[in-house]
Amino acid sequence: MSSLPLADLVDLFLRFLMLSLLSIGGAMSTAPEMHRFLVAERGWLNDADFTTAIALAQAAPGPNVLFVPVLGFQVAGVVGAAAALLGILLPSTLLSLGVSRWGAQRRDAPAVRAFTAGLAPVSVGLVFATGWLLSLPFIAAPEHRLGALALIAATMAVTLKTRLAPIWMIVVGATVGALGGV
Amino acid sequence: MTPAAPDHPRPRSPLHLFIAFTVLALQGFGGVLAVAQRELVDRRRWMTREEFVDAYSVAQLLPGPNVVNLSLMLGDRFFGWRGAFAAISGMLFAPLVLVIVLAAGYNQLAGFPAVAGALRGMGAVAAGLILAMALKMLGTLRRNPLGPALCALLGLTTLVAVTVFRVPLAWVVIGLGTAGWCIARWCIARQEGARR
Repeated sequence: MSSLPLADLVDLFLRFLMLSLLSIGGAMSTAPEMHRFLVAERGWLNDADFTTAIALAQAAPGPNVLFVPVLGFQVAGVVGAAAALLGILLPSTLLSLGVSRWGAQRRDAPAVRAFTAGLAPVSVGLVFATGWLLSLPFIAAPEHRLGALALIAATMAVTLKTRLAPIWMIVVGATVGALGGV
Repeated sequence: MTPAAPDHPRPRSPLHLFIAFTVLALQGFGGVLAVAQRELVDRRRWMTREEFVDAYSVAQLLPGPNVVNLSLMLGDRFFGWRGAFAAISGMLFAPLVLVIVLAAGYNQLAGFPAVAGALRGMGAVAAGLILAMALKMLGTLRRNPLGPALCALLGLTTLVAVTVFRVPLAWVVIGLGTAGWCIARWCIARQEGARR
């Protein structure tokens, strides 16, 4: 964590402001783009920082969108967290307020139905891409590959086959990791 | 969203909304949606099950986190923009403070191998949760008017564009989203034509 020049903070805020309007299907669908911006383009964070932010937000209670202020916090402390959270929420929130008032009654119009139908496969593809990008650091590191892949597979199986709360899987993952299993 | 039936209980004030959403959010480990359904529909009865599904489908269609959009719509319905603000603040404030404290603590503890290992383990679980969620989302495409072949084509193109070619998200959503919308309009028009 380091302090960032004001110009860079404004840049971060504006970038997230734009991403907000693209976050159809949830903030997680913009994770690959945040990764591109923060890790590849600017080098403010590394792969491990990025994965940590998502893991922390998943481990803690509350909406998953909170990985966004954690990313901001890692880049520039509390000010960075505020810039990232306000950026990702302001446009989408104002738009949602407007649209939900304007007319839930138009939901059956063909153009609106086509909008949901056409965008759904793209959203699913984006969530798969996020899962892939989160798994990549483990697959790239030979010493962690086997344990991490086993944990990923076990989590998927438990999520799909049982109704167990995710917190227990997180606890198991943390324990296995702390004992050196990953 | 249709207004609640007159016999429905309602929150007493924006503060009441704020507290209810704080309680709800703090229970939501690994996702808030299921807890929101139980608290708002089953326990407090501020919405019917149908209203919840309605609000959620609209929330899903709009950009932004679904549960945040859902809080906003419910808050707005009871107390206008003050209610919307109270509900969103309740949903975000306490968990935000908690996760930032965790992140700050992590920066100091990261030197310990056990902590680094624990976080790596949690990261792997997080990746598994997202992949499982993606597989579950796959199931909702079954009723999509596009049909399985076009859905697979659009989804795989998105996946490859983002992971292999690292195309910026704006181009993916605008480009493939517009393509999907046009194809879906055509499919829906054709299906409705065939029904007549």
